[in-house]
Amino acid sequence: MARRLERIDRPIKVLTEDIYALSSISNMLYVAAPRFIPTLLVLLFPLLTPSAYMQRVATLTAIYGLLALSWDFIAVSTGLVSLGQALFFGMGAYLAGLLNLHFGLPPALTLALATILGASICTVLLTPCLPLRGIYFAMTTLVYPLLMARTIEATAIIGGTDGLVGVDSFPDVWLERYLILIFLLGSTFSLRRLMTTDLGLVLRSISDNDQAVRASGINLTQYKLIAVWIGSALGSFAGAYFTHLYMFVGISAFSLDLSILPIACAVVGGMGTLAGPVLGAFILVPLAEMLRDLGTLRIVSYSLLLVALVLFKPEGIMSYLKRKYEQVERWVEV
Amino acid sequence: MDLLVVEEVSKGFGGIKAVDRVSFAVAPNEVLGIIGLNGSGKTTAVNIITGFVKPDSGRIWFKGREITALPPHKTAALGIARTFQTVRPFRNLPAFKNLIVPLYSPRIRKYTESGRSGDRDAVALDLLEEVGFERDSHVPYKPASTLPHGYLRRLELARCLALRPDLLVTDELFSGLSASEVASMVPLIEKLQQRGMTLIMVEHRLRELFRLANRVVVLDRGRKVAEGSPTEIVENSTVKETYLGADL
Repeated sequence: MARRLERIDRPIKVLTEDIYALSSISNMLYVAAPRFIPTLLVLLFPLLTPSAYMQRVATLTAIYGLLALSWDFIAVSTGLVSLGQALFFGMGAYLAGLLNLHFGLPPALTLALATILGASICTVLLTPCLPLRGIYFAMTTLVYPLLMARTIEATAIIGGTDGLVGVDSFPDVWLERYLILIFLLGSTFSLRRLMTTDLGLVLRSISDNDQAVRASGINLTQYKLIAVWIGSALGSFAGAYFTHLYMFVGISAFSLDLSILPIACAVVGGMGTLAGPVLGAFILVPLAEMLRDLGTLRIVSYSLLLVALVLFKPEGIMSYLKRKYEQVERWVEV
Repeated sequence: MDLLVVEEVSKGFGGIKAVDRVSFAVAPNEVLGIIGLNGSGKTTAVNIITGFVKPDSGRIWFKGREITALPPHKTAALGIARTFQTVRPFRNLPAFKNLIVPLYSPRIRKYTESGRSGDRDAVALDLLEEVGFERDSHVPYKPASTLPHGYLRRLELARCLALRPDLLVTDELFSGLSASEVASMVPLIEKLQQRGMTLIMVEHRLRELFRLANRVVVLDRGRKVAEGSPTEIVENSTVKETYLGADL
């Protein structure tokens, strides 16, 4: 008597396809809850936590969540796996610092300019790498931020190993706490929406079968450039925000950690789902803070957790939750 | 005026000449067959014409315009569509969504641009019906990875037709299909030719190809060894030697 695991959609999932989601309150709640509740929790969190330390952790979480989102977007829309998200982060971080210190621009302007300039510079730097496939692209992107870090260190320009100090902070502490959350939520929802449009479908197809996309008359490089620009804009914003948060920028903005973290977040949260890596960041960053008391054991326990998650839930937490929410599993006799 | 002119095209990989000074021309509304044993350079020739591979020497003209080194998306924009020998659709997408990609290309986009993605879906479903998907069934909505091989070939054809090409290049369209599946695809090709399409068909299934083709080019180890109507090719002694044992 053999058994197999059968998965079928929940009745309510089928009932809420398309426009029928509006047909009753419970249908609407089913569709809205997974979007509404996390959004609400994220937005309420700064109001509910008293401690400034936890507020800072929350802001950091959102910054790294944005970086993870940028990685996932580039990966899901072009199939290009970047091992160098730190390039975008560091570029935005240094640009914000320089614009503020040398040109005296306020954070509002430096954030906007660092995002746009950072995205453009990073896209130009990555343009020669775009035709590379798979591992070669990954290797080149790995090297870029390390190159930037060593150049700054060796030539002692823009602060060298000391970094740039005295960068302005945000004018208002509530702005500091909320702007990143709004930007993160806005980006996540916008990109998810983009992925459902025809343009998003074309982007996803590039990662699926790029030869067929070329044969269908679409210029791959153009679309890869668009995807990289958007991804690097998000990463640069995260870096610029970090600079103003700590009023300092140094070579650590290009560190390898910042390239690895988005990937870890994506693995934990669910690669390719865009919201998954953000969820991963919300798990990993506070976890890293909490484990700080353990000293060097922190890295061990962190790594063990990552290994466990990869072994038991390689699809990621978001995909797992989505599956549980939408489908019912049961054992059936064969 | 010939639609496509291929002149003295050569391409080598390492020390091997995959294509060696091959020349031929295709007239409008003609079906040209390209046959040859495995390794004779047929797929490389298709890759060169459509821009996936740059030739070492030689030139190619399409509608009077030189297209020798153009990349694939540019040749597709000019009106050359090709199928692939190993059919690889966009696996996770439903069958009709596979066609959104060519419909989004600059050549076609302006016809379906109205801000709503639904239009492309309707055009895609119409295209699938044309190539033989049953419209009112669940087949167009199935993920492409679950479709049987015959449907995948038709989907590949639909992907090309979505581009509204002037020249359709098929690379072993009938391979992997049963006799009845091929028999049901032949009328589709005939219908395309009646509507004015020009075709280049690289094929191994000679029986069906000789029914469809107006002219046939034979390649052997990169060189063109014969050219003519199907009846001439069947009588040709060089071809008979190369194809000893082939089922005509």
